[in-house]
Amino acid sequence: MFIKDEYDVVVVGAGPSGSTTARYAAMNGADVLLVEKRQEIGSPVRCGEGVSMEIFKHVDIKPDPSWFVNEVTGARIFGPSGKHILIDAKNAGDEVGAVIERDAFDKHLATLAARAGAEISTKTAVTSLLRDSGEITGVRVRRMGEYHDVAARLIVGADGFESQIARWAAINTNLKTRDTTSNLQYRMTGLDLDPRFTDFYIGSVAPGGYVWIFPKSRDTANVGIGLLLSRIKGASEAKDYLDAFIEKDERFKNADILETVSGGVSVSAPLDCVTANGIMLVGDAARMIDPLTGGGISNGVIAGSVCGRVAAESVRAHDVSKEFLKRYEDGWRDLLEEKLYRDYMAKEKLISLDDHTLDMLIDALSGATMENLSTKEILRAVRSKYPQLVSEFEDLI
Amino acid sequence: MIELNDDRCMHCGACVGACPANAIYLNEVILDFNDDCTDCGLCVKACPVGALSLIRTRGQKVPIAATA
Repeated sequence: MFIKDEYDVVVVGAGPSGSTTARYAAMNGADVLLVEKRQEIGSPVRCGEGVSMEIFKHVDIKPDPSWFVNEVTGARIFGPSGKHILIDAKNAGDEVGAVIERDAFDKHLATLAARAGAEISTKTAVTSLLRDSGEITGVRVRRMGEYHDVAARLIVGADGFESQIARWAAINTNLKTRDTTSNLQYRMTGLDLDPRFTDFYIGSVAPGGYVWIFPKSRDTANVGIGLLLSRIKGASEAKDYLDAFIEKDERFKNADILETVSGGVSVSAPLDCVTANGIMLVGDAARMIDPLTGGGISNGVIAGSVCGRVAAESVRAHDVSKEFLKRYEDGWRDLLEEKLYRDYMAKEKLISLDDHTLDMLIDALSGATMENLSTKEILRAVRSKYPQLVSEFEDLI
Repeated sequence: MIELNDDRCMHCGACVGACPANAIYLNEVILDFNDDCTDCGLCVKACPVGALSLIRTRGQKVPIAATA
């Protein structure tokens, strides 16, 4: 309940990445403080709440009915003409996943961190890094209006899209406008949906991004939009495009909005470096979001498990140097980097296609049977119907 | 300067992460702009709900498309 004056590790931000980092650091013997600037962990939700099943393979988390509300069997991707392709969970492996309740999920992960021995402090904002002749020595926090200096050997920035830790530590996480999205979502009820599918709408309906419908049940879903910042011309476009989409679709005629959610999401290539002496970044703060889907939970949690382990090792070895923390860089890159890079290339390609070309692509893929969702399989399917299109994608192989 | 319409603001931080000058700080429902703001207007575009606008001198709102 009371913050001590000293810890081995301070984790900043109690989202999924931060809580998982805190949990694995504590499990491996470190004395950990997990701070959250909000008064309630997980709330307000700022997320589409879709998660890939990949997460359960790498990290010890058991789906719990309090947050695991709808496992889907497929994802449907709709082109501008209305034609769609179905990505079947059977073929897509763990890419297709489930719709969760983020507020309960985040509290669950924080609970796991607490059970592992991490201390948690909410309504506690980090206001600066403490340094002694250049070396990180802790953080200054403001908690219920009072300032405390907390000594720590290692600071983990799990402070999300708007990470301050990264900027204070001079780790370059700046985003280009073509790698940043502006997002808005309504949690809607009064719908009549097929809850087996998550739906994605691509093309000029959402410039540089997509519209999503992630069902929680037959009548309730998250309906949202992400737009690429480089494609936005004026104020309020995310809202205007989403409202236009909803207006045009009969399914929403009798729907009501239960909650409005907004936020920024990075869709960048993996960063060259997410560590400094005494500092590690994880999750959205480290720009680990999948640039094709905008999904960040799985990657953040997977990287968090590595980050937590390395944090404990580093403390035990009395070495928090950037050289030692290379173990973390190597660890998360082994698990995530190749896919992040591949999906970044795919995103770059997709945002360059006009509605007509996207329709051709959807048309080619909708008739094809693909054994899996590998780039090669997709190219093979496209080549069989529109050989001229493949030249657009050849460089992705 | 950037003008905030607090009635529209969702306090989501989309502007904070998009700001190249790190001139915006968000704590719960408080959004602060500091002197590092360069009036680039990116936050105005990044805001999903149109809570921000760029004000040039004498209170004249500038259409953001003309500035970027």
